[in-house]
Amino acid sequence: MNWTGKLTLDALKHEWTQNIAVVSMALGGVAVVALLFYLKKWKWLWHEWLTTVDPKRIGIMYILTVVLSFCKGFVDALMLRLQQALAVGDAPGFISAEHFQEVFSAHGTSMIFFVGMGTIFGLMNLVVPLQIGARDVAYPFLNAVGFWLFAAGAMLMLISLAYGGFAISGWLAYPPLSGIEYSPGTGTDYWIWTVQIAGVGSTLAGINFLATILKLRCPGMTFMKMPIFIWSVLCSTILIIFAFPILTATLYMLTLDRYLGMHFFTISNGGNFMMYVNLIWAWGHPEVYILMLPAFGVFSEVVATFSEKRIFGYASMVWALICIAFLSFIVWLHHFFTMGASPVVNSFFAVMTMVIAIPTGVKIFNWLFTKFRGRVHLTSPMLWFFAFILNFTVAGMTGVLLSVPPVDYQVHNSLFLIAHFHGMVIGGVLFGFFCAFTYWFPKFTGLNLDEKLNRKAFWCWFLGFLLAFMPLYMLGFMGATRRLDHYDAATGWQPLFILVSIGALIIMCGASIQVYGLYKTLRYWKMHRQFSPDPWNGRTLEWAIPSPPPIYNFAIIPTVAQIDPVWAMKRGEMPKPEEKYEAIVIPHNSGIPFIMGASALVFGFAMTWQVYWLGILSFGTIVVSLITRLSQPDEKEHYTLTASQVEEIEIAAKKGPLYE
Amino acid sequence: MNKPLSVHYQAEQNPDISIPDPNQDMFSKNTLGFWMYLMTDCLIFASLFISHAVLANESFGGPTSRDLFRLDLTLAETGALLFSSITCGFALLSSLKNRRNAVIGWLIVAFLCGALFVGMELSEFSDFLSQGASWTTSAFLSSFFTLVGTHGLHVSIGLFWMLVIIGQLLFLGITPFVFRRLVIFGMFWHFLDLVWIFIFTFVYLFGVI
Repeated sequence: MNWTGKLTLDALKHEWTQNIAVVSMALGGVAVVALLFYLKKWKWLWHEWLTTVDPKRIGIMYILTVVLSFCKGFVDALMLRLQQALAVGDAPGFISAEHFQEVFSAHGTSMIFFVGMGTIFGLMNLVVPLQIGARDVAYPFLNAVGFWLFAAGAMLMLISLAYGGFAISGWLAYPPLSGIEYSPGTGTDYWIWTVQIAGVGSTLAGINFLATILKLRCPGMTFMKMPIFIWSVLCSTILIIFAFPILTATLYMLTLDRYLGMHFFTISNGGNFMMYVNLIWAWGHPEVYILMLPAFGVFSEVVATFSEKRIFGYASMVWALICIAFLSFIVWLHHFFTMGASPVVNSFFAVMTMVIAIPTGVKIFNWLFTKFRGRVHLTSPMLWFFAFILNFTVAGMTGVLLSVPPVDYQVHNSLFLIAHFHGMVIGGVLFGFFCAFTYWFPKFTGLNLDEKLNRKAFWCWFLGFLLAFMPLYMLGFMGATRRLDHYDAATGWQPLFILVSIGALIIMCGASIQVYGLYKTLRYWKMHRQFSPDPWNGRTLEWAIPSPPPIYNFAIIPTVAQIDPVWAMKRGEMPKPEEKYEAIVIPHNSGIPFIMGASALVFGFAMTWQVYWLGILSFGTIVVSLITRLSQPDEKEHYTLTASQVEEIEIAAKKGPLYE
Repeated sequence: MNKPLSVHYQAEQNPDISIPDPNQDMFSKNTLGFWMYLMTDCLIFASLFISHAVLANESFGGPTSRDLFRLDLTLAETGALLFSSITCGFALLSSLKNRRNAVIGWLIVAFLCGALFVGMELSEFSDFLSQGASWTTSAFLSSFFTLVGTHGLHVSIGLFWMLVIIGQLLFLGITPFVFRRLVIFGMFWHFLDLVWIFIFTFVYLFGVI
């Protein structure tokens, strides 16, 4: 029997760029472990974080994972742009063509699956229970399992950097290139298991949040009284539940092709690789909106708060979200008009794509009208909002341009496309996350971020973004395709590529300022304490409870009668709830989700390298953990805080944030 | 516990059902979540069905569905699975009357029928393999083995799950949470029936027309 599968020592040999990454990663890891020993914080780490089932903590851990994945994905992006600025004519650049392919595959995978999905799940965990007036999510244990599977996927991807290589076939791994014939190494297998494990985690999280919104809203909060952010999460989770299983099934078929010699997507024996492209985009297009809709929700909350005005056209906002969610399932073919489907098919998908612009336009006008005759405060969340409106409108319109098949044939897979979707994902999703981060940071930490640094970071990001992506539209028109590791000097593209690299460096400055701002706030926390639970003059339920919120969120479950309950309470239009405390049931922490995530990581690694005994062992550990949990009576899953304990916590929390 | 289990917990006699209830009981919350999970599983099967629809005629010179499929065996498989499903239903009914041994008895019958189904499916597969019709032969056979095999894998997981529930019944009795898991298992088991009906129709029947 083969005990070591495909494991070899050669897998540790890399190019020098990758060696630097591996060494710095190892040093970082050692530093964290040493710091934990030095501060004697291992018990704290285990009891307070690794075993937690509190969505607020899980949300913070999601965001930490996002920050780590962002660092990796962003360094990848810098390498790509640097290579493109250097590798002209006879100059070879600084990385090999093969490594370049790994880098762009890794960039896309970390940015979409870990940065994009991580930000929305982080926000959902933090904000959803608070905005619907709930004490917890529907399935706290499942939520933790979802997070640890997500983290296992992210970790597996980092391991691919140190041991072996990553996929060369792009972030969506189209066959036949990703098939066993053309990618015989384990890079594609790393990609498959990374995405598969994280994808299952995402499905579980989607189920959890859909059930949370359907089942746990506070009394009086009917569907049409939910905040827009909750509506956007509701639509996004429905998309997750419909789309992610398609990804799981598609990856499953690709796995069978690669491991068992099946012929779903091969060229020979009747396989059909365009079926893969159809299936992956049947997931992939809804995925775009899974990321985008929560960002829409964030902007709807922020623009209403900072205009001191109810969101304009609430009902039309809701219907626009529902329309977008529905339409996102019938446009997937626009990602490959060049497949050569009949004109009727292409026309149908072109028209459907253009139709999506209508509900999106409705939203943009509603945001703008919300500010009309409002009292607009130009805080840093609002700056992100303005940058979003600009970027999103430009990128949206280039998207409509791309939806016209004859145009698409010209610019398909060119840098024009890259500029378009980065405008959506950076200008929309990422700016939305930064907006949300600055907006809700005081709520979850009881601390303020440094507004001056926020603004500096914003301007770096905004200008850097314009510089890094506007030239790509031009390059796209000039014929530069995506994923170019080398081009001829006669094309005259180099100056624009250099400009793009400078833009990327400016973005790096912005990101560094953000990290510094965060460090400064945490290091000098006494100076940054925010004693008011409602620093922005907010409108929704989360601003009525202390910051940071106590473990049970709401000591008294609120009853709402309209969409901006806290605003109404502050203006005396709605009575404040009576302060009568009750006993609260809270789920116990559990180590099982962490064990399951760790086993999933081992499982992914073992399957990638075909060490089957280890795969079976780690999968067995997951099954045994699950059965252990399922054999536990409900009574043992919870403990109760008595009414007097709740009162103590509330009195302490109302004094302001307390830290040692 | 002697009195029959009430399925829906209600804190008050006449709850106002027009507003969402902040103290939702575990039962309705968990069954809703499991329904959602079943829908995701349903979509995995939908993707596999779509692939089979695309690839069903791509036999690449190898054996076709008309050469291979034996409807008598498939009909027997269907019977075994449906019988397993109805006995699982009887187990649930017995649990409402709080008759533990009857529940275990019916579950054992359901288990044996399910095991018979898996056994017949495996014998069908080995028969195909002995005729040289392996999953590496053609795209048609890849999608056939994957779709039918994935369903068989689900049934096998269900059988394992049934053993766990029988163990829980033996050691813990019919407590509310064992009952809840029994109900959830029942949903899973009936769902697999439904998927099988579609496999029987769209894979086997359409395959021999």
